Amino acid sequence: MAEHFVKVYTRFNRVWHWSQVVSIMLLFFTGARMLGFHQLGPFGLAVTVHTLVALALLLLWAFATFWLFTTGGWRQFIPRLAGMVKVARFYAFGVFKGEEHPYHKTFERRHNPLQALAYFALKMALFPAIWISGLLYLSYNLWGANDAQAFWLGLVANIHVLAAFAIAAFVVAHVYLLTIGHGFREHVRPMLTGYDRVDLTPEAEAYLGQKGLLKD
Amino acid sequence: MKHAFFRTAVLVSAVVLGVGGALAQQSPTTNETEVGAQSRPAPGALAARMSDPVKELTADHTKFEILKGPFASGPEVTAACLSCHTEASNQVMHSVHWKWEYENPATGQVLGKAKELNAFCGNVASNETRCTSCHTGYDWVDVRQPMPDDPTKVDCLVCHDTSGQYAKQDNLAGNPPLVPVKEGAKTITGAKASPVDLVKAALSVGEPSRQNCGNCHFYGGGGDNVKHGDLSSALFDPPKAVDVHMSKDGANFACEACHVSDKHVLAGSRYNTDVVDPHADERKPGEARDVASCTSCHSDEPHEGPNPVLALKLNDHTDRVACQTCHIPEFARGGVATKTWWDWSTAGKLKDGKPYGEENFTQSDGKHLHTYLSTKGDFDWAENVVPYYAWSNGVMSYTLPETEIDPTQIVEINSIGGEPGAKDARIFPFKRMGGKQAYDTERNVLLYNHVYGPGDGTALWSYFDWEKSLKFAMDYVGLEYSGKFDFVETYMYWPITHMVAPKDDALKCDSCHSENGRMANVAGIYVPGGGIGIGGKLGLVVFLMVVLGVAGHGVLRLFGRKGGHHG
Repeated sequence: MAEHFVKVYTRFNRVWHWSQVVSIMLLFFTGARMLGFHQLGPFGLAVTVHTLVALALLLLWAFATFWLFTTGGWRQFIPRLAGMVKVARFYAFGVFKGEEHPYHKTFERRHNPLQALAYFALKMALFPAIWISGLLYLSYNLWGANDAQAFWLGLVANIHVLAAFAIAAFVVAHVYLLTIGHGFREHVRPMLTGYDRVDLTPEAEAYLGQKGLLKD
Repeated sequence: MKHAFFRTAVLVSAVVLGVGGALAQQSPTTNETEVGAQSRPAPGALAARMSDPVKELTADHTKFEILKGPFASGPEVTAACLSCHTEASNQVMHSVHWKWEYENPATGQVLGKAKELNAFCGNVASNETRCTSCHTGYDWVDVRQPMPDDPTKVDCLVCHDTSGQYAKQDNLAGNPPLVPVKEGAKTITGAKASPVDLVKAALSVGEPSRQNCGNCHFYGGGGDNVKHGDLSSALFDPPKAVDVHMSKDGANFACEACHVSDKHVLAGSRYNTDVVDPHADERKPGEARDVASCTSCHSDEPHEGPNPVLALKLNDHTDRVACQTCHIPEFARGGVATKTWWDWSTAGKLKDGKPYGEENFTQSDGKHLHTYLSTKGDFDWAENVVPYYAWSNGVMSYTLPETEIDPTQIVEINSIGGEPGAKDARIFPFKRMGGKQAYDTERNVLLYNHVYGPGDGTALWSYFDWEKSLKFAMDYVGLEYSGKFDFVETYMYWPITHMVAPKDDALKCDSCHSENGRMANVAGIYVPGGGIGIGGKLGLVVFLMVVLGVAGHGVLRLFGRKGGHHG
């Protein structure tokens, strides 16, 4: 096994990521406007932008899901226990003593076990919670005719807002964790260029080299 | 012989008379310009010819001899009208305008001006000649009895005069001021009364305009915009900003454009309001939209681009929120204030034995309005008023004269029907009138008052004695009265549906979608933006915990870095 600069993020992968960044930020901003956290811009514009961006993001997610399943990329996100304790111990203690991160990225496994678990939770719980509640919220008039006391609308709205805060918390942790290890810039660069330093088996090295996906 | 002569004389005179009659009948056809007042023109004699200009209507009332008078009274004009419109009075006599009585099919309550108590002057009974000055008839001096079955007592002119000078005097039981007009007399709009030219009025008859309806309905409660709040003299000729439908720069509607009439009965009711058009799905193209509701014309999906997302979202509101709620952002617009508080309990105070008044409210046009009158008590006024919002299915239930009240609470003279979220109900704007009214402290019922009756020794407005006034009124209507009275605070709700603003002036989203927004006290709804709710609070806790955790982690790493070499 040797470390190489490998193209780990394809163009679609990067577009997917940064589109999510932009749209989720817009959704936070407009959602906060509707919640009354700030008064920047009219409420109606916030509703419009929130609706359109959410629909666009859903479309992107549909494409991304298709892409993950056809490329096998979904395997990256399946959580596993191996190494979990080591990583957890690192974040809880080792990081303060200046220890090296115990996890080494491989081509098949970009994420450390804790990271994978976090993404899994995001994709399997928080994202579905936000878009299912969001679509129910948006389509209330199609199903809410008998919701005389607006109980179900209130429930849907509260779940939506709760999920939004949880995603916001994820974003905070996500950005913070970029500062750990090799530093913020080092962590962001691969998502811009597509290339990252990962451990490769000789077989993988040969294969990827042949495909022109190695930089060194 | 004698007999024979007599016979001949009769015959001859009969022939002469007959020929004369024939000649008299012929003369109009031979010479149209010499039509006498007594003779009847031949059929078609008045008809316009092809060379004449084409007119809108098929009858030109200025041509009718019978309308040229002379008339000594209103009923004489009505008699002339009835000579052609034989069924008109009977139609009117079957309307609320005439009967002042309305049996609400939804509640079974018998309402109407002749029956109910209100939060303004209180009651018509025992004050008739003053109150029935706005009746669409003549001489109703006792509302305990229905009007007599006399078709000439219907006042055609009050609705159909277009000369603009026909008016009703404010204390003649519906009659107009005629010569000689009493010194100081006023019309029902408060203007100085001058003698009405009945012939001019009769010759002018046409479709009712805002002027006709407004002369009564804009002055309900004894003055301009006192009662409704959304019906004031500002609507005679409103700018578009005040009313898009009635403005010359807007649709320039007369009242009947919405209050469609059928057999002299007009659509629209504040007792049983069509909050939701009950026949929306039943109409075929071209059928009359004879319901006085917004959706009758606008449908319940009226919002369109330029932003289709917003239009869809606004249309999503129409199953819960009445159009009026957003599109009449405030009532009493256009520079005429409405009365919002009327405290009868302070009426009767005198200065040096004389009644007095105070004018401490200044309207936007600079006019000073009464805030105290010895006759009526204390008032509050307001312009550009934010309505009171409530779920409404349009059905009003009244505290009737013999309904027991709870004097420890504010008594609702009428309460608004409709369950939150019900299919027949919408969140609707109201004017909430407040005040204090007399009630029987033993029997816990509202009391009738007797305010108008100069010279009778009991009327409040002349003698300022509540005891006498209440006693007289209760005796008049034949209801029990303990003789002990006090004043209880009351609310009365008036649906707000006029003064629809231009769409740019409609409420903005965050009028309601904000903390303490306009829907804050309305039950059965979830208003995004009305507060962050349990989900938001929980989410905020999670979020802040993560932020704190990250911050703490970061600080610890900074300390750690000092000792170690890697961060």
